[in-house]
Amino acid sequence: MQWSSASEFFAMGGYGLYVWTSFVATALCMGWEVLALWRRRAATRAEQRASLLGGADETTA
Amino acid sequence: MSMDINWLKYSSPQAFYPLAGRLIPWFACVVVVLMGVGLYMGFFVAPTDFQQGEAYRIIFVHVPAAWMSMFLYVVMAVWAGIGMGLNARLSFMMAQAIAPTGAMFTFLALLTGAMWGKPTWGAWWVWDARLTSELILLFQYAGVMLLRTSIDDLRRADRASAVFALVGVVNVPIIYFSVQWWNTLHQGASVSMATGSKMASTMLTAMLLMTLAFWLYSIAVILARVRCIMVERESLPVWNEKSAVIQEAVEAR
Repeated sequence: MQWSSASEFFAMGGYGLYVWTSFVATALCMGWEVLALWRRRAATRAEQRASLLGGADETTA
Repeated sequence: MSMDINWLKYSSPQAFYPLAGRLIPWFACVVVVLMGVGLYMGFFVAPTDFQQGEAYRIIFVHVPAAWMSMFLYVVMAVWAGIGMGLNARLSFMMAQAIAPTGAMFTFLALLTGAMWGKPTWGAWWVWDARLTSELILLFQYAGVMLLRTSIDDLRRADRASAVFALVGVVNVPIIYFSVQWWNTLHQGASVSMATGSKMASTMLTAMLLMTLAFWLYSIAVILARVRCIMVERESLPVWNEKSAVIQEAVEAR
């Protein structure tokens, strides 16, 4: 391992801004995609529930 | 030929839907493990690059994202082609499910590329062949998705976006070989079929682990999205989970 301290690790030899922006942006995009799909799935399930309950719920939804 | 029958069974939405649902958690678990190991190797095992210092560590997200952006485009075009040839609904839905994830990885490849370009070239962006063709790929993904949303008739939307996707596939080899065909600022391939790898073995291992993780992540996310699309487009009952949904509905009442 080449890091002698945590601050040295976060500094990334002076390239910290570029390295961490890349990794954080990637993590945010992936996290956002998973969250969006989670919500989309919840929406499809809610729609199904409404249709299984009958037409009345679909008109109010 | 019983194998063929088993596999063909899953080409019907009714069989595919629950299968996809069962596979997603397994893919998700493997992704978490692979990313954990890949990041550990990338940050703590792989040595500092003698030319680029620590800035090179961007490679562990940049290359996997760039590979996935091209690979997913080809897979999307293949599904679009199968959809056109066999007039198969599920194939078009697969193509539809792949586009957003492919676009996301294209965006990330460009963004992380800018983050790498600034410290090594002194510029966030240059109009060289590799970068420009990758930017065009992002527009292609956007075109495929916009074409779909702009056409109301689903069958026409499927076909229009499939044709667009198929025509655009010529850009993928252009991106891939751009560093050989033109004199680009972008560095050449670090890993190639012909010459092998130019990287330290721990760097390569970390990069391949991250690539595998991104690949399995894409499969999991695309399966989850295609399940949503199947319900939205076809009002498919939530096949395997039907009893659970009915019970929830009854309890809600």
